Amino acid sequence: MPNRIEVIIQPGLKDPAGEALRARLAEDLHIQIEDCRIVEVYTIDAVLSQDELETVCAELFTDPIIEVSAVNHSLARDFDYVIEVGFLPGVTDNVGKSSKEGIQDTLGRTLGEGEAVYKSRQFAIRGASLDMCEKIARRALANELIEQWCVKSAAEMSALDGKPLLGLPVVTQVSEAVVRNIDLEIADSALTALSREMMLALELHEMKAIQAHYRSELVRTRRAKLGLPNNPTDLEVEILAQTWSEHCKHKIFNATIDYTGPDGKTRTIDSVFKTYVKATTDEVAKHADWLVSVFHDNAGIIEFDADHYFALKAETHNSPSALDPYGGAMTGIVGVNRDILGAGLGCQCIFNTDVFCFASPFFDGSIPDRLLHPRRVLRGVHAGVKDGGNQSGIPDINGAIVFHERFLGKPLVFCGTGGLIPKTVGGQPSHLKQARPGDCAVMAGGRIGKDGIHGATFSSEELHEGSPATAVQIGDPITQKKMADFLLEARDLGMYSCITDCGAGGLSSSIGEMAEKPGGVAIHLDRAPLKYAGLAPWEIFLSEAQERMTLAVPPEKMAAFTDLARRREVEVTALGEFTDSGYLECFYEGKLIASLDMEFLHDGVPKMQLEARWNPPALTPETVGERGDLTADLKAVLASLNVCSKESFVRMYDTEVLAQSVLKQFQGIANDGPGDAAVIRPIQGSDRGLAVSNGICPKYSDIDVYHMMACAIDEAVRNLVAVGAKLGTIAGLDNFCWPDPVQSEKTPDGSHKLAQLVRACEALYDVCTAYGIPLISGKDSMKNDYKIGDTKISIPPTVLFTAAAVMDDVTKAVSMDAKSAGDVVYVLGETRDELGGSEYLALKGQLGVHVPQVHVEQAKALYTRLSSAIEAGLVASCHDCSDGGLAVALAESAFAGGLGIDVELGALGLDSPVSALFSESQSRFVVTVSPGKVQAFEAQLAGSAFCKLGLTTAASDVTVRWKGEPLVHAPLADLKSAWKKTLQW
Amino acid sequence: MKTNALILTGFGINCDGETAKAFVRAGAGADRMHLNDIAEAPSCLDRYQMLAVPGGFSFGDDIASGRILANRLRHKLGGPLKKFVQDGKLIIGICNGFQVLVKMGILPLFEGEFKQEVTLAWNNSCRFENRWVNLKVDAQTQCVWLKGMDTLEVPVRHGEGKFMTRDTATMDRLRAQGQIALRYADAAGVLANGVFPANPNGAEDDIAGICDPSGRIFGLMPHPEAHVDATNHPQWTRKGLSGEGAGLQVFRNAVEYAETHLV
Repeated sequence: MPNRIEVIIQPGLKDPAGEALRARLAEDLHIQIEDCRIVEVYTIDAVLSQDELETVCAELFTDPIIEVSAVNHSLARDFDYVIEVGFLPGVTDNVGKSSKEGIQDTLGRTLGEGEAVYKSRQFAIRGASLDMCEKIARRALANELIEQWCVKSAAEMSALDGKPLLGLPVVTQVSEAVVRNIDLEIADSALTALSREMMLALELHEMKAIQAHYRSELVRTRRAKLGLPNNPTDLEVEILAQTWSEHCKHKIFNATIDYTGPDGKTRTIDSVFKTYVKATTDEVAKHADWLVSVFHDNAGIIEFDADHYFALKAETHNSPSALDPYGGAMTGIVGVNRDILGAGLGCQCIFNTDVFCFASPFFDGSIPDRLLHPRRVLRGVHAGVKDGGNQSGIPDINGAIVFHERFLGKPLVFCGTGGLIPKTVGGQPSHLKQARPGDCAVMAGGRIGKDGIHGATFSSEELHEGSPATAVQIGDPITQKKMADFLLEARDLGMYSCITDCGAGGLSSSIGEMAEKPGGVAIHLDRAPLKYAGLAPWEIFLSEAQERMTLAVPPEKMAAFTDLARRREVEVTALGEFTDSGYLECFYEGKLIASLDMEFLHDGVPKMQLEARWNPPALTPETVGERGDLTADLKAVLASLNVCSKESFVRMYDTEVLAQSVLKQFQGIANDGPGDAAVIRPIQGSDRGLAVSNGICPKYSDIDVYHMMACAIDEAVRNLVAVGAKLGTIAGLDNFCWPDPVQSEKTPDGSHKLAQLVRACEALYDVCTAYGIPLISGKDSMKNDYKIGDTKISIPPTVLFTAAAVMDDVTKAVSMDAKSAGDVVYVLGETRDELGGSEYLALKGQLGVHVPQVHVEQAKALYTRLSSAIEAGLVASCHDCSDGGLAVALAESAFAGGLGIDVELGALGLDSPVSALFSESQSRFVVTVSPGKVQAFEAQLAGSAFCKLGLTTAASDVTVRWKGEPLVHAPLADLKSAWKKTLQW
Repeated sequence: MKTNALILTGFGINCDGETAKAFVRAGAGADRMHLNDIAEAPSCLDRYQMLAVPGGFSFGDDIASGRILANRLRHKLGGPLKKFVQDGKLIIGICNGFQVLVKMGILPLFEGEFKQEVTLAWNNSCRFENRWVNLKVDAQTQCVWLKGMDTLEVPVRHGEGKFMTRDTATMDRLRAQGQIALRYADAAGVLANGVFPANPNGAEDDIAGICDPSGRIFGLMPHPEAHVDATNHPQWTRKGLSGEGAGLQVFRNAVEYAETHLV
């Protein structure tokens, strides 16, 4: 019988967690409760004496200053109902695991393999009915995909008298370790059905390619000799499906596309990846000598300084975050961290970035089946990224939260990470790595469970009724941190020859890829350490259980590697060895159960043939009202979801760990003005640094994705330029998130969505080659749709453009806040009548037509001149003009600096003051310059469009005039509070 | 003669790199060492005059922040650490390190025995708070690490930083023995008086850091190792700050004390 330890804050003391929950219930569910106290419950399923129980209860689980505790006795008092929430069997229980370690330390003995501690939590609620409590449990406390819960009345609780409320979450349901043969000699319709049933996410022509392979005489003869059946084993089919998934193979980006563009002409594009993405980098690389490794590693790698390389990567984790926002987002951030840890011979992570896309948290319509309210998604995703990043000790330095109604169908969760590595580690060049035949194939880190099975194929489909709950994982950042610390030590000791992330597709994917160079691998799946017994061999190979890396360790170094791992309490296991056999072979208890031709595995997937046809959207030209006072409009734009302050979320990230911060997310006199790019100094004692930014603007996609893409790149670039980075030093990453662009019954507009993809890629090439930005890595996620019953929601085509630049001297960086009264206020760049897709029009319920366009040659000239002015120390503040236009940039510079601004916009030469204020024309900045530097500044900018608008003032208000007449007049405090209040949670 | 600092690593500690760098910039040698390596050969502590338990998320803050690491240190290194203290050496615990020192009872060390007397509880906001704070050094403090300092600006980054005592007697004793080292204040150096966000967590008496009666053992929630360059300061572009950051003085004080008294 397991024992329960309960811990509660002493009566009479404040319970901050209970109070925070009470406030959240009122805010999110509009449920008012009187009181909530939290009881922490540790269920100890281990043989402990009564004395031992009392000891660990007092010494380990209880804070003697503020808590009280009890063994097998309920502590909840003065409540109407108790809700208890615990995990379902097999779900990662980090607290339970740490508690077991703590018990072992306290008792000085090791607990058995099957002995465990399970964490759950009680909420003792006063002032709520049974119905309300059930609603609270379901909608605020528990996610039924990973958690179990119950509600008990006071009478039931006293009858239970300290006995367990929930079942013990022990995994009892086990698969048999059998290998099935999959009969592919079936009709086409049956093949399609088989793909769906097995969650393979393979199209018929792909199933047929596998069928054909297994029919070939050569293959059959070889298999007969090996004792393998003619048909593939389940493991072989699963490996092929993972390797050939959209997620891993990017089939759409590599497809042959017949494209008919807006000009009506048709041409054939052989892979948009090759034609646009890779071509961009090839073109730029002719003039950039700082590219080290692009496209073929886990992350892009460039030069940082004479002794270090810099690696950058961003990933999405959209589908898992839709089902379990917290776990999905956490595995997103710790997953991209592993990409950096697996780049080259292993980089140290030095920063994270995060960009989220949600529907409005104030959405009040009905929520379709299987979806969660956007408010819950926002809270969960944020908490997952916060815990994942903070616990890993990696500062979060830049990000955004973007809102659009169609992200209801799938939230987008972009997580990025940068890393640094010395150019030589363990005596080897750090950017080169290769497994060699004879090297041990090693798995390091966490154990394997059923979590995350079919993650790669699941994210290659729309979210549907059958989307598996097993695709959901919870991260364990501390296990990963221990592993990362250990691997960096092992790296410096030269203990391994190759390393890669074990992420989507699990071992199947990481070992399969690493085996490409040596030309084969032999794996013994029964050697893999499991979280619990009873996984089928294919599950072992495909599980995406987190916190794992795959390595190639030379056999002569294996003993030292294993010993270091033991001392660092990291589990490492040699699963087999790399070979040059030409085959990926898997064994289970000595028996061969998979033998796949490496060439067929990696190159056998048939190329997709797709059609793309541009279908011009029907747009209504914008109508803007009469001129007049626009103060109220400005406040409304400042308060809009896409513009408003996200400070209450950012404050919960650790942004300062590693002590490298130079420009932070929030700046100015009260540390609350919105910064543009982040700047860090990663190596103390050197002034060299990195600037990091993001650009994303899906709101323009419904007008024209070409300009959406161009604007996203320009936004990222001008953020960098605003802080003092220069063109020619900027590297980019493209993360595409698209609705399904393959024409089919369920996607009747697929060919248009594919044409949108082509146009976005054209813009990517045009703008990046003009700006000289190589794309050093990227990723695409192509099935961001929701479809259940008749309800279909497709996200707006979205690209996150992440940009980073190496800066020679971070002490020249410029922040966005106005600095002194009497400084001259300029807008740099040309303001055009481009209200299409703007925040202003969105407030008026319009989309408009005149989407902002990027004029690359003008922009490039301006950026170069502005960089020189910043380097010469001529600029007091610089802020990019972005969502909300000039009006928002002026207001933000003013209130961040705590200074008034008095400006006149008539000289901009526009017909409408609304456009002057709110047009979102690209490549513009609001700059302030001290009077003594005005002449030099203007000389430096000569040749580019700029306009002197007025002055900063000691008065505490913002005044904007239009041909002499007041357009906006408001106290700074009002504007700031409008901007801050919307998401001040 | 050069002094040396030992920086504890492992299990989710994550400020070990910058803490080591701060000691180096203050003139000491600094070695990062995994807890298991120290436990295997505790005599290595003899080589060091200073010990730092850095910030981080040891064991993920599971059960309570610092609890499991404190428990492990007590059981695996209790004796050697007691000797380190008795030898008159210096210890600093920053953020998670402070939580560890408090929970294993190295602070406030009223009777020379390791016993938990105070705690660091969940912030009143029940949130992880990352913000820069103004700190005021207590005029009566014995703290060696804060010698000659009056105010300090550094960031806090914690969820469980609310300093709490069991009773007023404990608080009186801390005050009487000069053990209150640092308090949260406003930009003018006036104490925060419990008001958020100047006091970011609701700490009793605005307490941000305490020391043992000798002043050699120091624990604080804010991060002095995160303000080593002026450019770390959130307003360096407004105030024209350059050069070294104010947090480095904390480490310089320790190194100077160690150079004078411990070698």
